Amino acid sequence: MLEQSLYCVCIFSQAQDDVIVDVYERLPVPFGLVRFGVAPDHPEVKNVINTFTQTAQHERCFFHGNVNVGVDVTVKELKKAYHAVVLSYGAEANRCMGVPGEDLAGVFSARDFVGWYNGLPSNQKLNPDLNCETVVILGQGNVALDVARILLSPLDMLKKTDITQHALEALTASRVRRVLIVGRRGPLQIAGTIKEVREMINLPDTTADMLPADFKGISETLKGRNVAVQNQDAKAVPTGQMEDLECGMVISSIGYKSLPIDPCVPFEHRGAIIPNDMGRVLDTAGLYCSGWVKRGPTGVIATTMNDSFDTARVLLKDMKEGTLDLSVNKPGAQEITALLQERGNTHRNTQKKKNADCTLFSRKKNTLLTNSQKFKTF
Amino acid sequence: MSLSAAARRLAGWSVVLRSSSRTLPPLSRIPVLSRECVQRRDITSSSVVQPLRSENKVTVNFINRDGEKITVKASPGESLLDVVVDQELDFDGFGACEGTLACSTCHVIFKEEVYKQLGPISDEEMDMLDLAYGLTDTSRLGCQICLTKSLDGVTVRLPEAVADIRQSDGSA
Repeated sequence: MLEQSLYCVCIFSQAQDDVIVDVYERLPVPFGLVRFGVAPDHPEVKNVINTFTQTAQHERCFFHGNVNVGVDVTVKELKKAYHAVVLSYGAEANRCMGVPGEDLAGVFSARDFVGWYNGLPSNQKLNPDLNCETVVILGQGNVALDVARILLSPLDMLKKTDITQHALEALTASRVRRVLIVGRRGPLQIAGTIKEVREMINLPDTTADMLPADFKGISETLKGRNVAVQNQDAKAVPTGQMEDLECGMVISSIGYKSLPIDPCVPFEHRGAIIPNDMGRVLDTAGLYCSGWVKRGPTGVIATTMNDSFDTARVLLKDMKEGTLDLSVNKPGAQEITALLQERGNTHRNTQKKKNADCTLFSRKKNTLLTNSQKFKTF
Repeated sequence: MSLSAAARRLAGWSVVLRSSSRTLPPLSRIPVLSRECVQRRDITSSSVVQPLRSENKVTVNFINRDGEKITVKASPGESLLDVVVDQELDFDGFGACEGTLACSTCHVIFKEEVYKQLGPISDEEMDMLDLAYGLTDTSRLGCQICLTKSLDGVTVRLPEAVADIRQSDGSA
């Protein structure tokens, strides 16, 4: 995720006069989730792109798009060409529910659904069928609340956002009138934050229905001082009671998951993160990680920002103390670019990325996709 | 006529309009008229602050994340975020959402006696502040605090950069 690496770059380039940072990104355009994951009706969250752009325009920072690390170039080759490699590639997969019916038509991951209304090229043809009255969303984090809000927002509000045209058309024709946001635990354990809950409750032309039974005993619990600490550990326990919910679509929003990027990078499959000590990848010299692939896929921008600053500081410390071997000159982008060209990769290399480009070049299919409406706000 | 009297007059107009719209000018023109009146009064009144004159500057002290004190002069009406941006103060990641209440990176900490004097906190600010690192009982978001003469000489502290309590033992 470019956002995470750009925070690292921020600290980095300020501290050292001769450090060059090359940022490699699989997509042709930068910014990752900030571009494709933030809800279209939250444009202010995307303001952080201005900070990132400033960082990316630093004279010693270079952006290389359309490079799939692990496929087009290996981490081993990157380690050979650079003094240090920082992995900040986020979490692109979804946690699976592990229940029967997960693969049925009409069951989507929230990530795909969000990618669909946000213009992520791989989700363009998702075609969710909104010809049903009820949608069930599993999970109660901010992503679940975003999806619910987009499904039920008045069209006048959506028209003012940079939601993709095809999503706007589908939502205009949508028959969805009820969205059930389902979670395993109680109201005090929801992963969503207050702002998003408040937004949902105040959404024009909608009513928020909550089950009184879910709130039994809550006011007593809230009177205690250590509510937050107590409730983090609350676990869901099966009661044996079953309830059937009729719906036309299920959206699974139970969390993202990082994937291993390269066989030479250690990966802990249980937590789906790269095992590390304060950002230093374990058992490997010269390799660091930051963001979701380091801590797990939770947190808001400030969380990720602070985390990336931490990794950058650790890296700087290693440079100063000699833990990182800087005695040998390394070729950097020169070597990698040569490798990529040999392999026929049409990677996009630009230093000045102030205006996001409207054209996306798909290497495999050799087709040119334009989505000018999506990017016009940047 | 003071600003608040002009506002009362505005409110008065809107009440009258609701009952009869035939003889009165359209509501959309009224705000412009009263704005002009207020502006003319501003120029002659000496109680209104002129931002460009240095006597009307306010001193603000920032204690950065390394404990260093940085003193700057700013104009009343500016928010603390405005000051950091205008003075190009080097606080990493400060003001990521540019003052739109969509993050908590402009979180600053006041001394208790100053904190009590600050304006009321909105639900929206509180929602964001709840997510801030190193939150204290005297924390506010810098983008929501506007400087006044009474805040002259104020000292605000940036929270220390803390790695989250969930230390990197690999667990999320």
